[in-house]
Amino acid sequence: MDNHKPSKDLFVPVDRTDEQSEKIERPSLSFWQDSFIRLRKNVGAMIGLAVLVILALLAIFGPYMNDHGQYEQDLSRAKVPPKVDGLGWLGMDGTLSDVIEADSVEDAEQKALMRFNNQEEFITTEVLNDGSNGEQVEVKATLDVYSARNIEENFWFGTDGLGRDQWTRTWMGTRVSLYIAFLAAAIDMVIGVAYGGISAYYGGRVDNYMQRVIEILVGIPNLVLIILMILILDPGILSITIALAISGWISMARIVRGQILKLKNQEFVLASRTLGAKDSRILQRHLIPNVLGLIIINTMFSIPSAIFFEAFLSFIGLGLPTPMASLGTLIDAGFKSLQIYPHILLFPAIIISLVMIAFNVLADGLRDAFDPKMRE
Amino acid sequence: MTRYIIQRLVYMIITMFLIATLTFFLMKLLPGSPLASADKLSEEQQAVVLEKYGLNDPIPVQYYNYMVNLAQGDLGISFQFDNREVTTIIMDRIGPSMQLGIQAMVIGTILGMLLGLVSALYHNSPLDYTSTFLAVLGQSIPSFVFAGLLQFYIGVKLGWFPVALWEGWEYTVLPTVSLAIFPIAIAARFMRTEMLEVMGSDYIVTARAKGVNKFGVIIKHGLRNALIPLITVLGPLAIGLMTGTLVIENIFAVPGIGEQFVKAINVNDYPIIMGTTLLLAFMFIFIILVIDLLYGVIDPRIRLAEGE
Repeated sequence: MDNHKPSKDLFVPVDRTDEQSEKIERPSLSFWQDSFIRLRKNVGAMIGLAVLVILALLAIFGPYMNDHGQYEQDLSRAKVPPKVDGLGWLGMDGTLSDVIEADSVEDAEQKALMRFNNQEEFITTEVLNDGSNGEQVEVKATLDVYSARNIEENFWFGTDGLGRDQWTRTWMGTRVSLYIAFLAAAIDMVIGVAYGGISAYYGGRVDNYMQRVIEILVGIPNLVLIILMILILDPGILSITIALAISGWISMARIVRGQILKLKNQEFVLASRTLGAKDSRILQRHLIPNVLGLIIINTMFSIPSAIFFEAFLSFIGLGLPTPMASLGTLIDAGFKSLQIYPHILLFPAIIISLVMIAFNVLADGLRDAFDPKMRE
Repeated sequence: MTRYIIQRLVYMIITMFLIATLTFFLMKLLPGSPLASADKLSEEQQAVVLEKYGLNDPIPVQYYNYMVNLAQGDLGISFQFDNREVTTIIMDRIGPSMQLGIQAMVIGTILGMLLGLVSALYHNSPLDYTSTFLAVLGQSIPSFVFAGLLQFYIGVKLGWFPVALWEGWEYTVLPTVSLAIFPIAIAARFMRTEMLEVMGSDYIVTARAKGVNKFGVIIKHGLRNALIPLITVLGPLAIGLMTGTLVIENIFAVPGIGEQFVKAINVNDYPIIMGTTLLLAFMFIFIILVIDLLYGVIDPRIRLAEGE
């Protein structure tokens, strides 16, 4: 091993100064910059964000992309399946089809005619199983609804039972969901943060009373509270929002209270108070910003549940009144003709699932970014 | 411990009392009475009907009567079904709801735990990504959307299981699966997180170093410790199931309390709304209490008696 020993002459001492060794090479990042970098690296969260942006844009501009109003009824074009030029391979070719079983090919074609109201010239049939192996004959009959009803234009998402354009109504419904999401989140943030902040900051008797109130409210199930509120208020977006806000802020208040209790005795608060800062300034400038990460995470998780509750209430008939479109009412209407016209259910169902998935994934990403300790 | 239980029970009674009071006065604020289509009735007939439901009394008297009856388990008479007691109606219908809820809970948590376990053991593998993705889907897609898809593809298109009604075990399959999706997703995500944390801890390394085989470590040391925190999500899960049954029972025409509740809301049958609300609230509070107590029994590190 000795032959590998380098000679000491090869080493030159580095001229080290305190200034150099203490120098910070990387730019120093604030908490927010750091979190943002982590968020940007999270592929799932970024996809979720992109999906939300696209859906929000479609919700804003979608209803204006064709000439149909959301309440425009025309029974002559009721329950028309979706048709988009160039997307026929996705099944959006404006046809209805059904597989019909019978004893012979003729019988099956006869049944197909009856199934589609004798519109013979618009029906194409395809024999799937000619019965030569002893099984039932299977014939696939396809009806071109657009030619049969003499409809010139294309309905991208089809129409509902009253001939209203599903595209327009679906995006109007998405608007409701997004509106509910942001309003519920905003009220949740304002009430929850204020309640928790005041309760923790002033402490003592104030805290004691405010916590007793929360303890009782926590005992009442959300669902029950929301349904009762909806029953006494007139149906509509405002009452849904109020109902959601009443029950939604409690967990936020508890989290904020816990954090502020932890922070309020730290030195920087004492320093600020010594310099003569008022209570409101200490809360606004020192305490709330330090809890903001947690507040954002908690708000993000409350958004999907608010969207779900609105759709759920509309679905069971407690949400928006009838002519108005919300994803919940559209899905409810879709159930009524699910067997023959599944497209009425399909699109609102896809959109609400996308909205929920995107918000959940984004919330997970934000939690990982703001609070790496909680990362799964 | 006894003192803690008594304290919790007292809180429970106060909350129930407040909920009962709240529902009573909210219902009094509402428009609508058993005389919704009363034009056809003469004055005397209307008076008889009002008398029957005790609606002639001043509100404080009605409140007193309601509370006294409630304490004896009498929830009043339904507006919708003549002379039927709300208590009997609820009792007749609680069976299917309980069955669905329990089936969904058991199947959901077991499948979810398995999914989470696989995820954690094959951490960062395609298997992990797939099951995590499935869990996000299950957590996000509303149960009524999922129920619609199942009903259409499995019930109508494939015809494997009946689409609706309640006449045997095969009728429970689709509603149970629709309800179980949420518990599966939540249990899977939770199990994955817990299992990853437990499997990284020192005592697992020690056990491995002492020669316990991998399977033994997972079952004896990993799973047991990861299970404790799972109890905390059981509460939210049970409440999620209670919300779920309201829609799922409607979609699959299951004769349970959820279906009855939604119908009662649509026809303003206040005694049934109040009765079901109280029942839901009671179950909610009771489940939370049981879970809090279980938590202390299973994990001795948590001393409930000392409180916060």
